[in-house]
Amino acid sequence: MNGLGRALPAVLLLVFAVLGSVLPGWLVFVLTLALAKGLVVLAVVVLMRAGLVSFGHGLFFAGAAYAAGFATRAWEVKEALLLILLGVAVAVALGAVFGLLAARYREIFFAMLSLAFSMVLYGVLIKAYTLTGGSDGLRIPVPTILGVVPQLEQARLAIYYVALAAVAVAVALIRRYSAAPLGYLMQAVRDNEVRVGYLGASVNRAIYLTYVLSAALGGLGGVLVALNVGHIDPNLAYWTTSGEFVFIALLGGTEGVLAPLAGAIVYELFKSYAFKYAPYAWQMMMGGIMLAIILFLPGGLWAPIERALRRTR
Amino acid sequence: MRQRNVHTSVARRVAGIAAAAALAVAVGAPGGTAGAGPARPAEVKIGIVTFLSGPAAAPFGIPARNAAEVLIDEINAGRAPAPYNQRGIAGVPIRVVYVDEAGGADRQVAEFRRLVLDERVDLVIGYISSADCLAVAPVAEELRALLVMFDCGTNQIFEERSYRYVFRTHGHQILDNVGAARYILRIKPEIASIAGINQNYAWGQDSWRDFRDSVRRLKPDVRVMGEHFPPLFGGEYSAQISALLGARPEVVHTSFWGGDLESFLIQQLPRRLYERSTLVLTTGDTVLPRLGRNMIPGVVVGARGPHGALAPNVPLNRWFREVYARRFNVRPVYPSYHMSQAIFGVKTAYERAQRQVGGWPTREQVIDAFRGITFDTPSGPIRMALGRGHQAIEPVAYGITSRFNTATGEYDLTRVVVFPAECVNPPEGMTSADWIAQGFPGARCP
Repeated sequence: MNGLGRALPAVLLLVFAVLGSVLPGWLVFVLTLALAKGLVVLAVVVLMRAGLVSFGHGLFFAGAAYAAGFATRAWEVKEALLLILLGVAVAVALGAVFGLLAARYREIFFAMLSLAFSMVLYGVLIKAYTLTGGSDGLRIPVPTILGVVPQLEQARLAIYYVALAAVAVAVALIRRYSAAPLGYLMQAVRDNEVRVGYLGASVNRAIYLTYVLSAALGGLGGVLVALNVGHIDPNLAYWTTSGEFVFIALLGGTEGVLAPLAGAIVYELFKSYAFKYAPYAWQMMMGGIMLAIILFLPGGLWAPIERALRRTR
Repeated sequence: MRQRNVHTSVARRVAGIAAAAALAVAVGAPGGTAGAGPARPAEVKIGIVTFLSGPAAAPFGIPARNAAEVLIDEINAGRAPAPYNQRGIAGVPIRVVYVDEAGGADRQVAEFRRLVLDERVDLVIGYISSADCLAVAPVAEELRALLVMFDCGTNQIFEERSYRYVFRTHGHQILDNVGAARYILRIKPEIASIAGINQNYAWGQDSWRDFRDSVRRLKPDVRVMGEHFPPLFGGEYSAQISALLGARPEVVHTSFWGGDLESFLIQQLPRRLYERSTLVLTTGDTVLPRLGRNMIPGVVVGARGPHGALAPNVPLNRWFREVYARRFNVRPVYPSYHMSQAIFGVKTAYERAQRQVGGWPTREQVIDAFRGITFDTPSGPIRMALGRGHQAIEPVAYGITSRFNTATGEYDLTRVVVFPAECVNPPEGMTSADWIAQGFPGARCP
């Protein structure tokens, strides 16, 4: 990768840092939501590269969000960074446990198993009524950031920058992972799993580690959404939420680290404007967009940009 | 040469990103009309959020949207009866922006911010789902935006926090179930056993708990013969119907709504659960016109207040039913009435503020005028009596299906009892759970 490819994330980071202070408040909120969801989409994409489609990332998304919710409620933890660490830790724990089983399965069985895990969590969140508030969910107050209590008007902007920093860290991490043997191994697994095994690598171990990494990313996204929205409900674990992440992954494309984030931003903005201009037909429009992407841009929205970037190298 | 190419392409890309950013700024820049200020505006812009898609759209969302549409047309034309005969709001026409409530709490928070900050609406009327109400209320407070909740049932909103910018113009879910308990004890004073079948989520759990506790508070020897919690949108209830048939409770309580309620009623029909047990449907009003002849006699029906088939025969109600039925060929059901309460409440508050300040009021002045008011609705007068004047209380009515009426196309309700608001709502400063547990202190019942 040449200088330009490496500089692009830094340039984008700068652009997004500036955007935060110039965009109107509601757009900053949508952008934060998109960045946070983009991380979960990235988590889904990381697994997709090994040919594994997870229809259950709501498990980590909701698991981490509720961990943050319980921490604010039961122990009155108010620090955003603590909540983020706690959420990610819970997501990693969930990934480490469920990964033991999930890493043994492939294709539709992996997809259905992951879906089942997240629906179990959904069921628990709905039914553990006194603990989780059932379908009404839990409120998450505005957190402190590094001990600083943000002013009410500045709170969303502060959370935006926290999310941006988290995204920067996650993107750097996933780039390292993709360039490491483990990342290449995952691509090889998709191409020919048997051959990878014969070459002496442990396929299950590689998938397990990637699954845990993916869980951590999913959890990070979940905490950020929880802090941004200020409310969590069991829908975070529902299968349609997980399906949305797969939808965005296909929309953005599965190449590179930026495609899922770009997909999430386009998706959230498109949804906002679809709600605005077509409150009665927005689902149909989303379906139409997906159809158009599959027919005309099978690599996702980011594919032409990726191609252009490659040409300049 | 190669070096230069890279540079120009970098420059081009940076320019492209800058252009994209500029576009985003331009797109996001505020465009709408000015908010409420001292100057009289050209219009009052209201964001209305209700389910336009998904399973709650047909039973709740669309009837509420329809009510908003017809009422605002009539109000803007100055055709509403007194005291709402002034055109628009104090002469200023109302404009509405509709938003779908689908998509979950995060989407609704995003949409609320967009309505307030981008569309610059003067207020938002909305939310059927309790989760959405709970998620959006703190945001309204943060943005200092007026929010009028029109249908969500959770009692948490004003019992756990207090809000300045949030109002709710209908009673919360407590009145349905205390009312149902009082009604059933009135028509069956010797009752000895009850059972419940409710959807397994907050609404179903709360409804059943409040009904069960109220009945046992009023008549401690009543036995509970089964508590069933099938999943929301379960659609298939034969196992629970078998269990209820076997347990033979005298009363079966359900807070099912929409498609679930219709499925349950139709599925129990061939096995005649309704002959063994009296069914109590707290939201039954919405299915009366939809089921028509498939409804059954002897079922206790509520409407979450004196709405729909149980609404009082007053001029405002006759007018509302007529204009609604003329446009949509069906009578309004209770979500339509809830929407009318929000609209008339807002109109009353604005016009009262306008009279008080002698000019166009600021948002803060509207809020001051809104707090604690009593206003007229098709369901009778509504009082903002709880939550420091932010939460309405209303009476509740129950009736029992008797005979199919070919003229209206639905079963007639007889033995109607209206419980006044003070009888089925906790007093100010007391939570619903405490009120029931302590045996309804302060309740004034006929």
